[in-house]
Amino acid sequence: MTSTTYTVIFYLFAAITVFSAAFVVFSRNVIYSAFSLLFTFFGVAALYVFLSADFIAVTQIVVYVGGILVLLLFGVMFTNRIMMTDLKTDVLNIVPGILILVATIGGLGYIFLNRADWFVTSERLQGSVVERIGFETMSRYVLPFEMASILLLLALIGAAFLARFDKPGKSEQ
Amino acid sequence: MSTSLNAWSDALSGFSPAGLPLGLLIIAAIPLVFIALYALTYGVYGERKISAFMQDRLGPMEVGKWGILQTLADILKLLQKEDIVNKEADKFLFVIGPGVLFVGAFLAFAVLPFGPAFIGADLNVGLFYAIGIVALEVVGILAAGWGSNNKWALYGAIRSVAQIVSYEIPAAIAILCGAMMAGTLGMQQIILQQQGEYGFLHYFLFQNPIAWLPFLIYFISSLAETNRAPFDIPEAESELVAGYFTEYTGMKFAVIFLAEYGSMFMVSAIISIVFLGGWASPLPNIGALALNDWTSGPLWGAFWIVMKGFFFIFIQMWLRWTLPRLRVDQLMHLCWKVLTPFAFVAFVLTAVWEIYVK
Repeated sequence: MTSTTYTVIFYLFAAITVFSAAFVVFSRNVIYSAFSLLFTFFGVAALYVFLSADFIAVTQIVVYVGGILVLLLFGVMFTNRIMMTDLKTDVLNIVPGILILVATIGGLGYIFLNRADWFVTSERLQGSVVERIGFETMSRYVLPFEMASILLLLALIGAAFLARFDKPGKSEQ
Repeated sequence: MSTSLNAWSDALSGFSPAGLPLGLLIIAAIPLVFIALYALTYGVYGERKISAFMQDRLGPMEVGKWGILQTLADILKLLQKEDIVNKEADKFLFVIGPGVLFVGAFLAFAVLPFGPAFIGADLNVGLFYAIGIVALEVVGILAAGWGSNNKWALYGAIRSVAQIVSYEIPAAIAILCGAMMAGTLGMQQIILQQQGEYGFLHYFLFQNPIAWLPFLIYFISSLAETNRAPFDIPEAESELVAGYFTEYTGMKFAVIFLAEYGSMFMVSAIISIVFLGGWASPLPNIGALALNDWTSGPLWGAFWIVMKGFFFIFIQMWLRWTLPRLRVDQLMHLCWKVLTPFAFVAFVLTAVWEIYVK
């Protein structure tokens, strides 16, 4: 494929990501927002593929589509009368909103133009990155990795504790 | 052997007459045609015949000799049926539901190698991709169930999704055991390591004394992931009519069926790739009888992987007509308290074997 094809595909995915994300925010139907999030996550995964980060792209799909989106949809579907509440998508706090918007765009733009140290290469990354990710996780980044796993374990135990119902007879004693 | 790896698909992807990437379209079309053909012949007709023989019946007999043309007649009937979208349904989600479901089942075929010479995309994260992309199917089921605006459909969708999400965990850990034995996530690389002159003895299932455990765990979990019996409470007809596709008629119903048969072949192909050598021939070379060499090659490879897939689909059908279905609590008990701990045990034992013994 030529580089024009790549550019066209890139802008296609970028457009999908941006427009579906806008739909998530502006839609008045919470179910449609949740389903629109699917296209946002897939668009972001496609952008990762363009950066030769295919492992992260698949992880993005596994974690966000398989985990978070399904959890969100479950939450929405199990919530009673969620379709009857009016979602507010009006503009409410104009002045603080604009201030935060300008600050965010200004900060990002400043970093993008002045501070960032972009790693530019004309060649695409070749070969498998999976082994390198494994080695780095188990050597240089082993402490953050273990800390994240302990955090997840705590969340798991907490969830199991909250979810289990009391044994009958225990409360009577 | 390895020089001609992916030769056909590489040639096809370079085939672009007049600047149009026609070859890429053909690569994507081949698995699609395969799913349609196999679902028509072996999937629907075979399942009806196999179930009939197991229950001492004859099955379809009227249309054509032994009822061979029955499925074609059914397809004609489905095409003619009115496409009903019920009045209270969420029209948009109702329509895109089957589409998303089918795309989710079909996307994994991109990394399934049909023989040594043909694979849609030889990703270096192929196996990870194949078990991760199932997530899209889950969203399709939820869209179909919610869009139908029907309590049976919604219950079916929620049961189905809870089941798929839970059983992904033992399935993924079991597959990880195979990935540890291979040391790679690329589908063709995994198969290449299981190929050799002794045929089936090179398969990972026979290379490691613990491999039968993740093999069994993945097979059981894959039944649950494709909503096949004994894990078919999402479409339990005695309580939920037909689960999440209760409201679907005509071609939308056919698309949901194609998605189910597509994912059945997908999990069967994955289990045969990881544990049973994929397209590698099971026949060993015995002295001058070089059975392995004679039965290797691009066409033989396609034959072997399709046959292995069909074998596991036959076992899935066999179980469906033999076992009663599990209750919801039994289902979750089996997943979280039996399969997941044993998957961890298998994971640790495989790691110990790979590091210290092999």
